[in-house]
Amino acid sequence: MADTMELRDIEVWDGNMAASQALRQVQVDVVAAYPITPSTPIVENYGNFAANGYVDGEFVMVESEHAAMSGCIGAAAAGGRVATATSSQGFALMVETLYSASGMRLPIILNVVNRALGAPLNVNGDHSDMYLGRDSGWIQFDAYNPQNAYDLNFIAFKVAEDHDVRLPAMVHQDGFMTSHTAQGVATLTDEAAYNFVGEFQPMNDMLDLDHPVTHGVQTEEDWHFEHKARQQHALMTAALPKIEAAFAEFEKLTGRKYNVVETYNMEDAELAVICMGTSVETAEEVSNELRAKGIKAGVVGIRVFRPWPLEQLAAVLKDVKAIAALDRSSPHGTVGTLYNEIAGSLFNTGTKAVLTNYIYGLGGRDLTKAHLVGIYEDLKANMDAGKPTTPLQQYIGLRGPKLSFF
Amino acid sequence: MEKKGWDGFEIGAMLRSFDGATRDIATTLPENRPYSQSNSFTASVADWRIEKPLFNKDYCIDCQFCWVFCPDMSIISRDKKMVGIDFDHCKGCGICVEVCPTNPKSLLMFPEQKDEEEALAEWPKKDKNAKAEEPKED
Repeated sequence: MADTMELRDIEVWDGNMAASQALRQVQVDVVAAYPITPSTPIVENYGNFAANGYVDGEFVMVESEHAAMSGCIGAAAAGGRVATATSSQGFALMVETLYSASGMRLPIILNVVNRALGAPLNVNGDHSDMYLGRDSGWIQFDAYNPQNAYDLNFIAFKVAEDHDVRLPAMVHQDGFMTSHTAQGVATLTDEAAYNFVGEFQPMNDMLDLDHPVTHGVQTEEDWHFEHKARQQHALMTAALPKIEAAFAEFEKLTGRKYNVVETYNMEDAELAVICMGTSVETAEEVSNELRAKGIKAGVVGIRVFRPWPLEQLAAVLKDVKAIAALDRSSPHGTVGTLYNEIAGSLFNTGTKAVLTNYIYGLGGRDLTKAHLVGIYEDLKANMDAGKPTTPLQQYIGLRGPKLSFF
Repeated sequence: MEKKGWDGFEIGAMLRSFDGATRDIATTLPENRPYSQSNSFTASVADWRIEKPLFNKDYCIDCQFCWVFCPDMSIISRDKKMVGIDFDHCKGCGICVEVCPTNPKSLLMFPEQKDEEEALAEWPKKDKNAKAEEPKED
């Protein structure tokens, strides 16, 4: 039996430690991991817990991220509670196996500490790796601070392992800005945390020797389409209700309320900034300052990136006049992902809102309050004109001549 | 059989070997195992074959060479006695005939459509001039 750890009500943890502690508290059976900056401390801390008797499970050191996720897939198919962590290039190397995990319906939890994708090589935070995972069939949660990183791990295990869902889930946090920034994190006791997620309930596990199964089979045109449809059906119909139920139960336990779409100052907002990660809290502060000047500025944060909360977003944005979609990833040949998704969410609604796109913060470049004030000023001009007064896609915080497209 | 729609099968890229629970499968004879529809044992690959081995028990000495050498477990043997051939899974490779040591051979290859009674009636007699072959090492 693993030793329990006495935690203070509030611990000073960075996002990485918060995630490691959550993995320890849910008593993961197998962590197969290959370290990469800035997610290294998650598995490093976990290895420390394992070595010191705080974990009953296995810690498997492998030779690459591809092998790490492959090990997780094997352990999950065998019937264990499984998790790992990665970032950036390591995430990119995992991509092939991410599709295997979701197609095989294995509820693995992957902590992704978001980091830019090279070249040029860069260890700092942007959302390139998170966006790379968006078609992989995983549930994707986004943390804005260490507290979220801790809490969303419990939510992720509870939802992913539910037999109506049985899909893997990622918990994203921003590299360094969340992963290495120590803040006060309200903790759960080991017992309360474990009980919230509950004992792992295996399904079709290989270690059930009375019911032998073959995992990872091949199907061609006669079955492949049906399998992918079934997987999409679970992600589209089961995941969001289970996430909302888990959020509600978590609020009862902790008082901390999460929503698939987070809103701030949105009740009567005319101008909305939509973003993810640490940028949400910066935008909230700017919206408060603008509110003091009588500008109806609001902020929308995407908490659940996949499955995409299309209806919830359309409802939140129905009375807004101008919207800025902020993407922390180079869109390489088109508009930013959030712009695209939001446009898709609003196209068949009655909205006349003006939608524009900002590319910011690549490779860990700061998003400042001054940038956000400028964005809200653009939105105000768009609202007054009833049409875009700027190019649809603008780069902000970039040196050199102003860069924009469309 | 009509294939099921997207909502008609178990989730995951997963297939069951047997219908229901199985215990002591290693000591259960294949004909008594509850192989599932998706188990490869249930599928027939008889149409892969253009020649088939036929078995003549009059000459068989139950040495089990054919059973040992068959690459597809298609020689049916019970209590160390040769019983016959699993024609759902035999692919007609002829290895069983090759390793059969009797004179004449107890297994011979025939065209797929050959009638068994006819084949047995035409079975060659003992070759009195044949020398016992020494096993060759490769």
